[in-house]
Amino acid sequence: MQQEVVLAMLAKEPSQGYQLRARLDQALGPLGEGLNAGHLYVTLGRLEKAGLVALEGAEVSSARSERKVYQLTPAGAERVAEWLSEVSWPKPDLAEFHLKLIAAAQAGLADPIGIVNAQRRELLRRLREAQQAAVDEPDRSDAALLLEGIALRLQADLRWLEACEQTWTERRRTR
Amino acid sequence: MTTDSPIARACALRKDYGKNESLVRAVDGVDLDIAQGETLAVMGPSGCGKSTLLHLLGGLDRPSGGELWLHGKRIDLMSERALAQVRHRDVGFVFQAFHLMDELTARENLELPMLLAGRSPRAARRRAADLLEQVGLADRSAHLPSALSGGQRQRVAVARALANEPLLILADEPTGNLDSAATLEILRLFKRLHAAGQTLVIVTHDERIAATADRLISMRDGVFVDETRLTGGTGGGLSALIGLEG
Repeated sequence: MQQEVVLAMLAKEPSQGYQLRARLDQALGPLGEGLNAGHLYVTLGRLEKAGLVALEGAEVSSARSERKVYQLTPAGAERVAEWLSEVSWPKPDLAEFHLKLIAAAQAGLADPIGIVNAQRRELLRRLREAQQAAVDEPDRSDAALLLEGIALRLQADLRWLEACEQTWTERRRTR
Repeated sequence: MTTDSPIARACALRKDYGKNESLVRAVDGVDLDIAQGETLAVMGPSGCGKSTLLHLLGGLDRPSGGELWLHGKRIDLMSERALAQVRHRDVGFVFQAFHLMDELTARENLELPMLLAGRSPRAARRRAADLLEQVGLADRSAHLPSALSGGQRQRVAVARALANEPLLILADEPTGNLDSAATLEILRLFKRLHAAGQTLVIVTHDERIAATADRLISMRDGVFVDETRLTGGTGGGLSALIGLEG
């Protein structure tokens, strides 16, 4: 898991690992089910080594990891503030698929339209999962908002695939 | 899924508008079986013929050619009177713009189609109350549509579509006028209907609605260009939809 996410989840108050986990579960709902708790402790360990997180109290360092109370160091708090003000955004990774279609067509190895249709089915299944989860969420929950974003994104991708299909169909016709 | 005969069947179904050089083939030779209890979505850009297809299936319009069967009865050859009966009793419509009667209360909007189908006023009244309960609007029964939100109006419209226990619910862009919260309400309602075995056909240009169906047909220029079965086979589970791990 991204270190900044774990750091920022600690910003509310010094917390034990299970409390962080509960905050993530609350925010992600069913989307958080696959998250690995062990991974969270590995990330906390890394953050501790990097001096961004410290254990509360001195004597607890020998305690089992789930009993430890973690808190942000001043450097950690600074990192959280930076992260909040960053305007980063995941880039849509469409070039790989675009090049796949072009390579398939140029080499005559596969039908680009077949590739588009297979991809479309896969995205529709994902969209179905997201929508089914959204329908099962209580109104206006945190997870419902995230699911809405996921569904809108998948919708945009599906619309692009439709444009791909139309273009490649026309190219086949005019060749 | 059931192996029974389909609830509706279209064979080489055609609908033309205009003549000669201005001829438009809105539906151009479509074959379709709709299974009992299935939720089917028909998707495509505006003008692709999907609404025309829905109107044909519901007997709102007559085909120019081909055959149309509903529950074993051929409806494209029916008299106007018999077709009107089909519209009243066998199908329920849900439209984008709700199409409720503005001067009637929610309850009266539900009673009207039942009275037209020959149900007694008392029975109609009782069923209207039940249906409003089912769509979570028991406390809105005396409200005029103008006093209801868009989502509430559409839930009244869905209840009205159910009034005569239709074989088939036909929904034309049912969430086209709704915000995302109200859209989810309608999808929840459709999910409950599906679980109760109701057959449902949804026409939409919105992938997010279409993806909730069991089967999705893509339509363009009056013909079916793709068909996808969406049930069975899952992706990597919900957590695979987000990229937090790793």
